[in-house]
Amino acid sequence: MAEYKWPEADKRTFIGKRISRIDGAQKVSGRAKYSMDINRPGMLFGKIVRSPHAHAKVKSIDTSAAEQMPGVKAVHIVAQVGTELLWAGATVVSLAAVDEPTAEDAMRAIKVEYEVLPHLVIDTDVKNAGEYARPANETKVGDPDKGFSEAEVTVEGNYGMAVITHCCLEPHGSVMEWEDDGKNVLAHLSTQAVSGSVAQIARPLEIPATNVRVKQDHIGGGFGSKFGPDEWDITAARLSKKAGKPVKMFNERDAELMVAGARPSAYAKVKIGLKKDGTITAWDSQSWASGGQGGGGSPPLPYVFVIPNQRKQHTALVNHIGSARAWRAPGHPQGCSITMAALEDAAAAIGMDPYDFFIKNIALTGQRAPIYTDELKIAADLIGWKKNWHPRGDKAAGPIKRGLGLSIHTWGGGGHPSDCDLTIQPDGSVELKMGTQDLGTGTRTALNIIVADTLGLPMNAVKISIGDSRYPASGGSGGSTTIGGISSSSRRASLDALDQIFAKAAPALGATPEDLEAAGGTIRVKSNPSKSLTWAQACSKLGATPLTIRGKNPGPGKLMDQGVGGAQMADVSVDIETGIVRINKIVAVQDCGLIIDLKLAESQVYGALIMGVCWALYEEKIMDAKTGRMLNPNMEFYRLAGIADIGEMVVHMMTGKGYDERGVIGLGEPPAVSPGAVIANAVANAIGVRVPNLPLTPDRVLAALEKKGGSNARI
Amino acid sequence: MEADDDDGKLNEKGSGLSRRNFLKVSGISLSVPLVMGYRVIKVSGAEVKLYGPGKVPLQLAINGKSYTAQVEPRVTLLEALRNELDITGAKRVCDRASCGACTMIVDGKAVYSCSMLAIDAQGKSITTVEGLMQGDTLHPVQQAFIDNDAQQCGFCTPGFVVACKAFLDKNPNPTSDQIQKGLGGNLCRCGTYVGVRAAVAQAAQKGGKRNG
Repeated sequence: MAEYKWPEADKRTFIGKRISRIDGAQKVSGRAKYSMDINRPGMLFGKIVRSPHAHAKVKSIDTSAAEQMPGVKAVHIVAQVGTELLWAGATVVSLAAVDEPTAEDAMRAIKVEYEVLPHLVIDTDVKNAGEYARPANETKVGDPDKGFSEAEVTVEGNYGMAVITHCCLEPHGSVMEWEDDGKNVLAHLSTQAVSGSVAQIARPLEIPATNVRVKQDHIGGGFGSKFGPDEWDITAARLSKKAGKPVKMFNERDAELMVAGARPSAYAKVKIGLKKDGTITAWDSQSWASGGQGGGGSPPLPYVFVIPNQRKQHTALVNHIGSARAWRAPGHPQGCSITMAALEDAAAAIGMDPYDFFIKNIALTGQRAPIYTDELKIAADLIGWKKNWHPRGDKAAGPIKRGLGLSIHTWGGGGHPSDCDLTIQPDGSVELKMGTQDLGTGTRTALNIIVADTLGLPMNAVKISIGDSRYPASGGSGGSTTIGGISSSSRRASLDALDQIFAKAAPALGATPEDLEAAGGTIRVKSNPSKSLTWAQACSKLGATPLTIRGKNPGPGKLMDQGVGGAQMADVSVDIETGIVRINKIVAVQDCGLIIDLKLAESQVYGALIMGVCWALYEEKIMDAKTGRMLNPNMEFYRLAGIADIGEMVVHMMTGKGYDERGVIGLGEPPAVSPGAVIANAVANAIGVRVPNLPLTPDRVLAALEKKGGSNARI
Repeated sequence: MEADDDDGKLNEKGSGLSRRNFLKVSGISLSVPLVMGYRVIKVSGAEVKLYGPGKVPLQLAINGKSYTAQVEPRVTLLEALRNELDITGAKRVCDRASCGACTMIVDGKAVYSCSMLAIDAQGKSITTVEGLMQGDTLHPVQQAFIDNDAQQCGFCTPGFVVACKAFLDKNPNPTSDQIQKGLGGNLCRCGTYVGVRAAVAQAAQKGGKRNG
């Protein structure tokens, strides 16, 4: 029986190397088909009439004119008269027509009357939020009163970050079609959960889940916002049923930014007690967050540093914006940005280098303290911390001020449940089937690396088939659990398959199965590699019937783990006349256990840093208090960083001894946690004053400079 | 009758006539049969093409091949390719000339195809991402994107690749400053810019001009 573990470093052919993604050529040539690219014969185009009000009741709907328009094939009322709509952009009526212009004209012909109700969309003023504020009870750790009484210095500050949206470049949506005389649904869905979406589609349509198939070759971004079908996908299926034709329904860009994903805001008033030598004695925070009707969740405070004495109180703000969805490391960017800023302010208050301050208190981070220490050291070397850091406020002449900031973060990972079928044909061809999805993280490539490495084959000798709910079920891609799950199940399947091939090949080689190994496209005797069969010769011993092995996770052996740490540092310049922040350099040092593909792992970290620059400096869902609508539901005023905005980036992966032995750990989320904190801390270091809230737009920077010494002063 | 603007826009201010009524006014000479999809009218002495309402025949030259379709005049170049011709490499993302995911090369110039009408692209040479390969061989820009992992989800990639190709055609030996300025019109959400910078540098050394 196979021993379920990863090969030793000297036995790895592809694992841990820099391998280009296997679907790269498809993507760069436009041949990769995303769900939004699916065109079916006779396909109709779906559109949605959305609520223009943040809070309203539907009074009347008149679809008669639209239904009579030539080319309009189906109209479906989603929000019946009397329905309460809780955000601007909520679905009211859907329709399908022969082409987009016709569908757009038909939308304009639908008349809806609303009873407008009071709303709340602004979330910065918790005191005046009235009934929308839902305060939780105060919690205590240790003895906060004692902690503050022991403090020699108390530092107070306000921190926060605005609601942002996922802004997936491929908007949410699907092409829905009914097959087999209207019995079965084929859903070309843009989703992070191919297997998991089946039941979610079947339930509202009141058909057995066995009658639903989800297919997706490629997805144009998800980041936590695409874990199943949405209302608009279900209505597309209903329109398709009514019209007897496939229906394509994808959000327009404005709807995508209004309703298809919000990362909750978080705001906090923080008080830290400490001694003059940098010892932290107490934490006090009053925090609040918003994220639509769900209230936004409570960020982990204090983050990573477990301060011995704490007093905390959190208020959920229930407001009328599109619902919050998971956003790359839910809660962590918020908890991290608030905590690391407060700690940096505390260090500044006692005149201590924050690097020394973090190292002094690193034991508060618990078991990962040695790793954080190593990572901070490496990051400091890469950015020249000791050479370039200066106390708060760059004393250089002129309007451009430069500063450094740091932060550390953590994430869990682990591996989701994952099944796969590995089939080996008598001619030696190999296919792995798994109902997973590749978000651009490189899931296909990772599977290919693992199967090829395990079977001793070149990568192009293995076919990887994913993105279809007819394949064995694998978990949704969230929580950085995909790589742990899919690498474990595919490794187990490959090892089990190899056992059977060894058993078939052993007699021909005059050896026992235990004496065999797979390498270089052969099955050979370990002690005498010249005694070998080619892979195809070995597989021919299967006879006429292919071998199919089911690989599973969880399963025997320790192939994955959870819990990682990372350190980041930023170097920024701020123009104190314009308030514009520029990134000079960001350094990320990250561990993630055994790396399957170093090139794609680094891409995850680069991507996380760049995404972090976006939300640290630019991104904000700007709401209009009066109308309750989003003011920037487009990509010129909902800004993302461009290629010139990101500065120099350096990524250092912690690999090798001490890390590889842990097995595979997910990486999508951890490096996305700290960027806001490192950039905000670097800005504070540059200009000598804390800019309390992200994004660090010029107006916020200038306002903080005007109030210098005001809101974050030492008490 | 007031009607001017040499770009074909009718100034109907004060005319008291809707655009449709305007067309019914006698004395406007129709010099092109309707099968061509437009009428030519004289406006302030200049000849102006007037399309629609309703679908008009469309002829486009894409990647060296000729395509025909029937579309309404308001249909963009991007939508005509994606919805009528099933050429889906270029993506619709912002739909208003902010992100570059729809970038095509029209008569040698990179354009946002979401903001160009299909009827205005007639008679022009259109190159999309599908047209960059030579047989089975990737364009050096495409190969450089793979080598430097300048893509994750890949949804911005076709537009980025086409923009890089057009950029390198004009700037065969760009400085890193020129790369940052020249490619500022394309946005990526996954964060692949570090790879894109390296890809452009690599493609520049190999010559990004191979396919003209």
